[in-house]
Amino acid sequence: MSEQKLAANEYIKARSRHLRGTIEEGIADPVTGAISEDDVQVLKFHGTYMQDDRDLRNERKEQKLEPLYSFMLRARVAGGVCSAEQWLAVDDISRQLTTSNSIRLTTRQTFQYHGIPKRNLKALVQGLDRATLDAIAACGDVNRNVMCNPNPVQSELHAEVYEIAKHLSEHMLPHTQAYAEIWLDKEKLLSTEEEVEPIYGDTYLPRKFKMAVAIPPDNDVDVYTNDFGLIAVEENGQLVGFNLTAGGGMGSTHGEVETFPRLADDFGFINKADVIKFAEAVVTTQRDWGNRVNRKRARLKYTIVDHGYDNFKAEVEKRAGVKFQPKRDVVLYDRGDRFGWVKGIDDQWHLTFFIECGRIKDEPGKMLQTGLREIAKVHKGDFRMTANQNMIIAGVPESEKDRIEAMAREYGLLGDVLTTTREHSIACVALPTCPLAMAESERYFPEFMTKVEALQAKHGISELPIVVRMTGCPNGCARPFAAEIGLVGKAPGRYNLYLGASFEGTRLNKMVRENIQEAEILAELDGLFGRYASERNADESFGDFVVRIGVVKAVIDAAKDFHG
Amino acid sequence: MSLNDLSSLASPLSAQQVEALKQLSAQLTPVQLAWVSGYLAATANATPTAVAAVETNSKLTILYGSQTGNSRGVATELANQAKAAGLAVNLVSMGDYNSRNLKQETLLAVVVSTQGEGEAPDDAIELHKFLASKRAPKLDGVRYAVLSLGDSSYEFFCQTGKEFDERLAKLGAEPLLPRVDCDLDYQQASETWQSEVIAAAKPLLVQSSSASAASPSVPFAETTSQYSKQQPYTAEIMVSQKLTSRDSVKDTRHVEIDLGDSGITYQPGDALGVYFSNDDVLVDSLLSAWQLDGATSVTVGKDSVSLKQALLEQKELTQLYPGLVKFWAEQSQAKELLAIVEDKTQTREFVRSHQVADLQQLYPLSKIEAQTLVDALRPLTPRLYSIASAQSEVDSEVHLTVGLVADERNGEVRYGGASRFLSYAEEGAAVKVYVEPNKHFRLPENPQTPVIMIGPGTGVAPFRAFMQQRASQDDAGQNWLFFGNPHFEQDFLYQTEWQQYLKSGVLSKISLAFSRDQQEKIYVQHRIKQQGAEVWQWLQQGAHLYLCGDADRMAKDVQQALIEVVAEYGEMDQTAASDWLEQLRAAGRFQKDVY
Repeated sequence: MSEQKLAANEYIKARSRHLRGTIEEGIADPVTGAISEDDVQVLKFHGTYMQDDRDLRNERKEQKLEPLYSFMLRARVAGGVCSAEQWLAVDDISRQLTTSNSIRLTTRQTFQYHGIPKRNLKALVQGLDRATLDAIAACGDVNRNVMCNPNPVQSELHAEVYEIAKHLSEHMLPHTQAYAEIWLDKEKLLSTEEEVEPIYGDTYLPRKFKMAVAIPPDNDVDVYTNDFGLIAVEENGQLVGFNLTAGGGMGSTHGEVETFPRLADDFGFINKADVIKFAEAVVTTQRDWGNRVNRKRARLKYTIVDHGYDNFKAEVEKRAGVKFQPKRDVVLYDRGDRFGWVKGIDDQWHLTFFIECGRIKDEPGKMLQTGLREIAKVHKGDFRMTANQNMIIAGVPESEKDRIEAMAREYGLLGDVLTTTREHSIACVALPTCPLAMAESERYFPEFMTKVEALQAKHGISELPIVVRMTGCPNGCARPFAAEIGLVGKAPGRYNLYLGASFEGTRLNKMVRENIQEAEILAELDGLFGRYASERNADESFGDFVVRIGVVKAVIDAAKDFHG
Repeated sequence: MSLNDLSSLASPLSAQQVEALKQLSAQLTPVQLAWVSGYLAATANATPTAVAAVETNSKLTILYGSQTGNSRGVATELANQAKAAGLAVNLVSMGDYNSRNLKQETLLAVVVSTQGEGEAPDDAIELHKFLASKRAPKLDGVRYAVLSLGDSSYEFFCQTGKEFDERLAKLGAEPLLPRVDCDLDYQQASETWQSEVIAAAKPLLVQSSSASAASPSVPFAETTSQYSKQQPYTAEIMVSQKLTSRDSVKDTRHVEIDLGDSGITYQPGDALGVYFSNDDVLVDSLLSAWQLDGATSVTVGKDSVSLKQALLEQKELTQLYPGLVKFWAEQSQAKELLAIVEDKTQTREFVRSHQVADLQQLYPLSKIEAQTLVDALRPLTPRLYSIASAQSEVDSEVHLTVGLVADERNGEVRYGGASRFLSYAEEGAAVKVYVEPNKHFRLPENPQTPVIMIGPGTGVAPFRAFMQQRASQDDAGQNWLFFGNPHFEQDFLYQTEWQQYLKSGVLSKISLAFSRDQQEKIYVQHRIKQQGAEVWQWLQQGAHLYLCGDADRMAKDVQQALIEVVAEYGEMDQTAASDWLEQLRAAGRFQKDVY
């Protein structure tokens, strides 16, 4: 059999000399704000995407100017925890080195900068480095930022789980010195032949890889949407281990039924001491078994579907040298955040703000960026970014509580009356910067949610939380396929409507209407909200309700029943 | 045009000659025609040589030193009129004139402008120096006339003209008539001077007049086309496209003009003269401030037109001149303005930074006669733009790079007359244009000679023309562009074109200076110094150096940077480096188009 041609990215990785490529030369070229296509792929492993302002493409072409290129850098912040001092540095950098004048919290508990001119990239990475932050492997075909429930209430359990998540994040880092050489002026290796990538090998993983750690009953990290998940199991307030999940992922392609979102399978319980063994086993199995020919079928979810659950499980156990134990009973309930003040068992207070679409910026009456900055100047605890793109000011002593609250109100971080549905909602960035977006998301979502809220009010169900998520494309950054109401962009002003996911994130939704506009979406929801108001069972979530009344079939095995 | 279309009215031939020619040509095959035409051309070429030999001492030599084309224009007009009057004429730029011929001249007419603080224009520098040097010959028996152009708001008004006058007299030449110094509104004075020169020259050159009259009187055209500053071509604006991005503080436009079947030709390096109309809104607001009716009939020159028409099409509203400020001071009796006109420096500064609308706003005139006003205003003069295209690429189009002048003063935006007209022109708008050749800004004759082009801001325009020209030549030499502007993302004029030229190899190297993209300001002169070793290396390899753009600061800073590069890498002191550059200029290898 002749050698099968691999996906183009595989050759780029192989040629990149452990992620070096020609990034340095590309950054130094003053004639363009862009870098080469190959380097764009390599740069992702450095946490950075090249983008351009799509609103201005045609206009600039007429102006004989190239597209307005800029870079998006996503930091790697395991578990989403930053010290106040780090936050000040993060804030400084956004003001000095980006043109977006904002910081964007992401659905993976980190922040990203938009609008970084090429000439500022190096200074920006160096600025992060001085604050002991980095963007290594924040994107690319490697394990990315490890998510971890930031719930500070059960602080002892959280502290232990957080340390495990952090350790996992660091253990899974690529070993290449490329990042240090390119951005931090570390002396170059004479030859990269001696450099070894112990976990990844020379061509890294076939596709991106996402990990999350949940602490029940919260499922804010949406653990089943990850390639690899750990659900903390406690006994008498002590962490004993985790239920391991694998094979989740959101991304799919419109119109290609061999691609589909999928929730992870449960594989069983593992002891907390075996976390690294199992993680390596899952990652290396994916490294060796994953599809390197068709990039659209390269995520772990397809590997498990294609090789079979049992084969995959046996291989993981073989590589880990440990067997799975039967999964323990855990109850996951809410994927939202706990807003307002919450007191932890250590008597410290924690304040969670709703940040609409995760966008931290200053606007008249809502000086979010300045507010967080001013708080960071006086706050001694930390800042925690949540999986719902919100922010927690964690570890406030009783004595400081009033002062922090007064500042939060002064800058408009607190004070809005929000419906519980809006508090559970998330949207991705999309236009104008995301090259994948087919429709608006962040710029349109707040206004769309106001209309959804009005419909809920009309039917008297405002107090019932419904998980609504929107993305500009089917790659799924805001995990739309795990939303009770999911909207996925198809074309400007047009979305596919998905319904029927469970409230707690244990069942996917399914498409009910294709390529429709706002009026049709709202008409559809108006009818369903009316029925939900009058026909629902006690404690029945909207997602469960639409499945029960037959509006949409439950998705049980996504490979077979997500489409059709 | 074919011979059959030839008429005696449009040719130097008589009706009988035309008829005979038509009959003969009708009998010839194309090959025979071509063969005959060669003989005719050779015969025609032989004649003037013979005549010239006889006439060496009996012609009027007109020398001009011109920076912006005004002196050349006056000199050309004089040449045409002298020819029409039957005089033998030799019209030549001082830059091209061989100074050894001076002592053989009979009659010399000099038209020269003065730059900045009393400096000679580029093409006059050498001759100007030569006349004051020990090598200058005795000029006994030579008669001369000088017309100097200048700006009376400058301290050294018409300095270069005065010096030519002094130096010629000192060498023994005798004035034909007293020197005439002209201010910005030179048209009338120069016309009078032209007639006086011709009247005085005629008796002196009388012997040659019969010979000259016999030779066909082909006018000294600035181009081969029939269109000129006096007779501009009405062209069509096809595109006025903003080049700077929406976030730029600058508004720079790319303007494409269709020359249709005018037959107008130009060379990379030439400028386009553009007549414009004043802003309708501006004219209306002035009329209302003056409480004058736009329909009032006024006399402009010999014509009677409406006041509004005069203000729109014929009078300068966006550039002041000292005479007008003085007039305004007297009319308004405003103390502040009266004090300003007492002081030349203040007047110059005022003229530079104000327009008629500012005068009206600051020192309102209300009861003024329409005709008095019109007489006080200067005639509208065309503006010159360096051409940004080459005909090898754009055929009958001509492209310009126009920086919109828009200054906010006292809460009002004051636009530059021509730049506003071109920037906001609708597709299809008519514009009167002519080509102003610039022989002193030309690509090297040898296409393989490397060139270094320094053109920040709109100074990049002629280099786009250069690149278009060189792109059409397969064997073109190396090209290096220095460009600068405030911001990379906003102000990189023609970015995508330079990227293409780099990719195709037409452009070998580009050095960019975006002054506001970092804390310290970086300009092209900094890049020149940073790349000094290579600049020196290119110059050693025979590269030609070109500089285009702002004369006030950029050109001086670049000149200094070049001197430093030459001093450092050529291992000489500043004076020697400065001389070295001057030699480069004299050899035609360092050419400037600064404004």
